[in-house]
Amino acid sequence: MKVLVPVKRVVDYNVKIRVKSDQTGVDLANVKMSMNPFDEIAIEEAVRLKEAGKATEVVAVSIGVAQSTETIRTALAMGADRGILVKSDETVEPLNVAKILKGIVEAEKPDLVILGKQAIDDDSNQTGQMLAALLGWAQGTFASKIEFDGDKILLTREIDGGLQTLKLNMPTIVTADLRLNEPRYASLPNIMKAKKKPIDEKTPADYGVDVKARLEVLKVTEPPQRQAGIKVESVEQLVSKLKEAGVIG
Amino acid sequence: MDFSLTPDQQQIRDAIFKLCEPFDDDYWLKKDKAGGFPEDFYKAVADQGWLGIAMPESVGGAGLGITEAALMMQAISESGGGMSGASAVHLNIFGLNPVVVFGTEDQKTRMLPPLIRGEDKACFAVTEPDAGLNTTGLKTFAERKSDRYIVRGQKIWITTAQVASKMLLLARTTPYDELTKKTDGLSLFYTDFDRSKVEVREIPKMGRSAVDSNMLFFDGLEIPVENRIGAEGKGFQQILHGLNPERILIAAEAIGLGRAALRKASAYARERVVFGRPIGQNQGIQHPLAKCWAELEAANLMTFKAASLYDNGKECGAEANAAKYLAAEAAFHACETAILTHGGMGYAKEYHVERYMRESWIPRIAPVSMQLILSFIAEKVLGQPKSY
Repeated sequence: MKVLVPVKRVVDYNVKIRVKSDQTGVDLANVKMSMNPFDEIAIEEAVRLKEAGKATEVVAVSIGVAQSTETIRTALAMGADRGILVKSDETVEPLNVAKILKGIVEAEKPDLVILGKQAIDDDSNQTGQMLAALLGWAQGTFASKIEFDGDKILLTREIDGGLQTLKLNMPTIVTADLRLNEPRYASLPNIMKAKKKPIDEKTPADYGVDVKARLEVLKVTEPPQRQAGIKVESVEQLVSKLKEAGVIG
Repeated sequence: MDFSLTPDQQQIRDAIFKLCEPFDDDYWLKKDKAGGFPEDFYKAVADQGWLGIAMPESVGGAGLGITEAALMMQAISESGGGMSGASAVHLNIFGLNPVVVFGTEDQKTRMLPPLIRGEDKACFAVTEPDAGLNTTGLKTFAERKSDRYIVRGQKIWITTAQVASKMLLLARTTPYDELTKKTDGLSLFYTDFDRSKVEVREIPKMGRSAVDSNMLFFDGLEIPVENRIGAEGKGFQQILHGLNPERILIAAEAIGLGRAALRKASAYARERVVFGRPIGQNQGIQHPLAKCWAELEAANLMTFKAASLYDNGKECGAEANAAKYLAAEAAFHACETAILTHGGMGYAKEYHVERYMRESWIPRIAPVSMQLILSFIAEKVLGQPKSY
């Protein structure tokens, strides 16, 4: 079984984001970039499948600027076998990412694609679902557990009020939720080995995809500052304040 | 001049921070109180292959430079591990470099892989009660008897001798008064730590109680001749080879400790509210913190300049010594400032900075004093007459 895992280069989750003064986006100059945390979980799951003897090859794909190679190297250091970089200096929107991934899936013919459920930069949560639709494959989103039942996947997902289990036909699309696993950190020998693993370089045009943006960002702003609250003396006062604020009737 | 880390170097730093996450401040606080070697931490470092970072690939290492090793050691210290975390692995990172450089193929394949795998722990037995920095005055004697040496004498300040299974030993093989060249006559050995022939006494000390320091009394330790590294009588020159990397690593560790202290102090200054505002809003609090940052980062530049020179095969004696001096002082100031920022809480163990403070004395004193560094720089860089 071959597993494909797309990984995205995003601003590190520890970094405090600054909005550019012209409100066109977030300032990325000299900001620490890392692999999207949900993609780390996706890679970890794929590598575990390989270690369990279920997967034979794990391929990591990244779409973006040249430095996305570093993100692929991280995936390789965690245990992926090889990488594909689809280089683009444009912002690639989820639908275009899904179209490029469709092209890669048709070329690589994986049995399983594991994606992070969303990227922490734009929080779109679209790519996995769109890819499933474009390919006409089954999809299991927000996976918190993946098991195999013969040639089918039993996938547990967290929904309001409990857990839902899906039985999916292969090939299939899975998107990883936070509790699927705890990603490993790369060991030194694996960091060294990752340097020697191959990374193919492609462009969106190789897959016949025009990455021109379909969406126009009007402006990006900081969230409003939270105002200081007030202290109330009693429950009665609390209720009357809430009524004043129109929160309760 | 590009001062930024390469992606690989950044990855090393990130991986070490992740590895150190389970070994947080509370872990090290407990170790500091109860003592005892941090075996689980050591095992985590060894299992992930980090002990071989600067060892050749041919023996299972990663073949990276002292720059990467310094980044690794700095991250261990900076994570909150301080000198306890750093000293637990320090010697295994570069201590055996004489074996790499001067050992035979047989010695390398015999000695290095078990060390990298974490099965062997080594200690470094050089300094003696009557010969500290004056290494050529060592008295511990290894007497040749056919195919072995018999060692008698004593050593002091031997780190991790409580837990080590091996020792790198520098001992005299020719009496001092029979020498024509006073830097000859010492030989280097890497051998089993036979506790029936070596008495080990731990020295109670100010800080870093998790990593032991000891007095060693040798009474007839036998060393097979095949465990001598390089030529007989050339041990001093072999040890010299590793001194600059040692200083660079210690400097990097000190800076890591200083950064840990500064991180705690800055967080406390932001959160602690007195007279209706965070104390960090007072310049009397801000400025000392900013000064510590400047000192630490300046020392860091010198440290990585020295590491870069070393890795490029260039002379780095002055820079490595200056880095050790600057880093130790900057770390000490950062720890002092961290305690003062915390006020009374800084004196309480649960705020961790007093532990950092006690550990910050180690890089000030070891492996060479500030005064001797200044004498060295005055002589070698500024052309002053030798003063020692």
